Amino acid sequence: MSRVAVLKGGPSLEREVSLRSGTNVELALGRLGHEVIPIDADQHLVRTLRDARPDVAFIALHGRGGEDGTVQEILEILKIPYTGSGVLASERAMDKVVSKALFRAADVPTPPGYAFSKEAFSKMGAAETLPEIQQSLGLPMCVKPACQGSALGISIVREPGELGGAILNALGYDDRVLVERFVPGRELAVSVVMAPDPWALPVIEAVPLGHDFYDFEARYTPGECELRSPRDLEDATIQEAAAVSIAAVHALECRGIARVDLILDGEGRLWVLEVNTIPGMTDTSLLPKAAEVAGIGFDRVVADMLDLAALDT
Amino acid sequence: MSTSDVTDNTGTGTPVPPQTPLVGPADAARYDSRFSAQASCTTSSAMRDLMAITEKADIISLAGGLPDTETFPREVFDAITAEIGTDFLASSLQYGPTDGMGELRELIAGIMADEGAVARVDDIMITTGGQQAIDLSIRTFVNRGDTVLAEGPTYPGAVPCLTAYGADVTHIPMDDDGMHVDLLEEAYARLANDGRPPKILYTIPNFQNPTGVTMSLERRQRLVEFAHTVGLLIIEDNPYGMIRFEGEALPTLFELDDGAGWVVYLSTFSKILAPGIRVGWVVAPPQVLRKMNLGKQAADLCSSTLTQRFVTEYLKRNDYREHVARVNSLYRGRRDAMLAALATHFPEPATWTRPRGGLFLWATLPDFIDTTALQARALERQVAFVPGAAAFLDGRGQNAMRLNFSGVPESVITEGISRIGEAVNEFCALHEALNPGRG
Repeated sequence: MSRVAVLKGGPSLEREVSLRSGTNVELALGRLGHEVIPIDADQHLVRTLRDARPDVAFIALHGRGGEDGTVQEILEILKIPYTGSGVLASERAMDKVVSKALFRAADVPTPPGYAFSKEAFSKMGAAETLPEIQQSLGLPMCVKPACQGSALGISIVREPGELGGAILNALGYDDRVLVERFVPGRELAVSVVMAPDPWALPVIEAVPLGHDFYDFEARYTPGECELRSPRDLEDATIQEAAAVSIAAVHALECRGIARVDLILDGEGRLWVLEVNTIPGMTDTSLLPKAAEVAGIGFDRVVADMLDLAALDT
Repeated sequence: MSTSDVTDNTGTGTPVPPQTPLVGPADAARYDSRFSAQASCTTSSAMRDLMAITEKADIISLAGGLPDTETFPREVFDAITAEIGTDFLASSLQYGPTDGMGELRELIAGIMADEGAVARVDDIMITTGGQQAIDLSIRTFVNRGDTVLAEGPTYPGAVPCLTAYGADVTHIPMDDDGMHVDLLEEAYARLANDGRPPKILYTIPNFQNPTGVTMSLERRQRLVEFAHTVGLLIIEDNPYGMIRFEGEALPTLFELDDGAGWVVYLSTFSKILAPGIRVGWVVAPPQVLRKMNLGKQAADLCSSTLTQRFVTEYLKRNDYREHVARVNSLYRGRRDAMLAALATHFPEPATWTRPRGGLFLWATLPDFIDTTALQARALERQVAFVPGAAAFLDGRGQNAMRLNFSGVPESVITEGISRIGEAVNEFCALHEALNPGRG
């Protein structure tokens, strides 16, 4: 039995989701017999951690601050082992631009794209390159803030005139944006357990109900999208999804359990979109669903994450 | 529940640890398949999650709709509560009639007379805040798919209510004189032609939430006349009528209806007294009130007798108009501070309303700015507002925002508007950079 600090909430735009993840984790840790110390990650976090003296920290924070290496660095300094990826791997995964570059370098298939900072537009006239981008990527395109979890600020550009507005919208959520080719297809998620011998949980498919794509609303509202274990996939596709996902997580050097979001296009090709180092643990999240399909249950996943808790140094 | 169901912890001195729920995330599907259609369409939106952050203490919130409760005199409060304890303890702790305490309903008729409207005491029912009056009105008249007219934008708090009951809302555009009644007439004719004549109109003629705009007398007269002609039932929501800083009070639609029974009138003590007491009311013809009474029985049997007694004793011993005058003078200063700050900090293409009362104003930004994205930037600067899309059911309002001026002191308003202005300017500059050569 350990004293486990569950870090949740925090100031990010995904605060509410994080609180829901955190509560589920706390309940599981309680059932596993651990002593749970729930902590809302506010400005007194360091002092709270010093006073609480946990054996280990379970990070249930989503978005900026919790998922991008910030809280991980603090835990390194305090020498409190924590769940999930280390400092650098968190930064790599949080940044969709860096992730994409690393996927490419490791031959992990990912849609082509371009990244811009706010300054590129405001100080270097990058808007003049928009026609070339459109030429190169073709329509539709997907515009995303570089570092923002969930689907906040993401839009799909279907008409030539929409690109500027989509970039402006994404810049509301981050100083850098990623413009990538939109690959239509089925939305799959594979959670990878980075044990010494990495293995993948079953593939889960998110089927949005009446939404353009798997957006923020569909992602966190029961009934807006259906999570299911796709029974019609060929064995080879399932094997490949697992292999590609493990390769993606390796490329970013993640720890613990990470979730890989993929697209299976109409021709049966898989594309990695991103890796989530702190997968959602809410009632409607993909990882809990995968655990259910695998028959191992939510508590076992939480136990595994705790077992894999570590420090970088 | 019988008392034997409850574990008696009296006197043990030990806090009861929270019980671990037996259901986990894997059980979510159990409920998903059982949720009612009404619960299923009540969604958690990105905006709601953004708004959750605005409640954090270090954020300047121009998002709320909070009346000031600091100015309520302590000695008045103490005197009333002492009085209740002495003379009305048992009855204030007991259930009351569903339509509310008779004495209070008489006093409400008096308040309405102060606004120029004559209401029969028997036609008045007390509700648990104005929000319940809205809920009861919609639930009493609207079937799933029924056509409802409302201002565009409309009260954001009515939006989930209209959504839950499946209202098909057509928004009627507004200008500085309130809702365009001519456009309402057109919309009505068009919808009636399509075989879906609107069942009701939901409107806030005075210092409307969210725009702060007041409907002109001419439009009020024309609206009531039109309602009489075609048989359109009007739900008139009037929470802000007395929160007036300047100008003459205009007759309510209820008054102009002159007893014809085409106006159901809703109001509340939230703004003229305090929102925490949750006492509002509805005035409706007996046939309608009977249905609403049944709805209220199902919802909560009766509104709190304790707070009804509080309001009754307050009104008997004090001139509520003095309190209203006090908050009005406070809000007037805050509105002026907000208007001045907007003029200083918002860029040229932005426009905003200049309310002569109420709690809110409505700012419209260039159409390339999505105020939900702007909200994310504003939250980085520790300031919040209500993105305009919250006031529409059809996705409009994306470039607008509701700003509240009653809830925080003038200096904080100025600082908050300056921070939002920075974010707006940043978006404008980026837009220019993204569209070179378009001037």
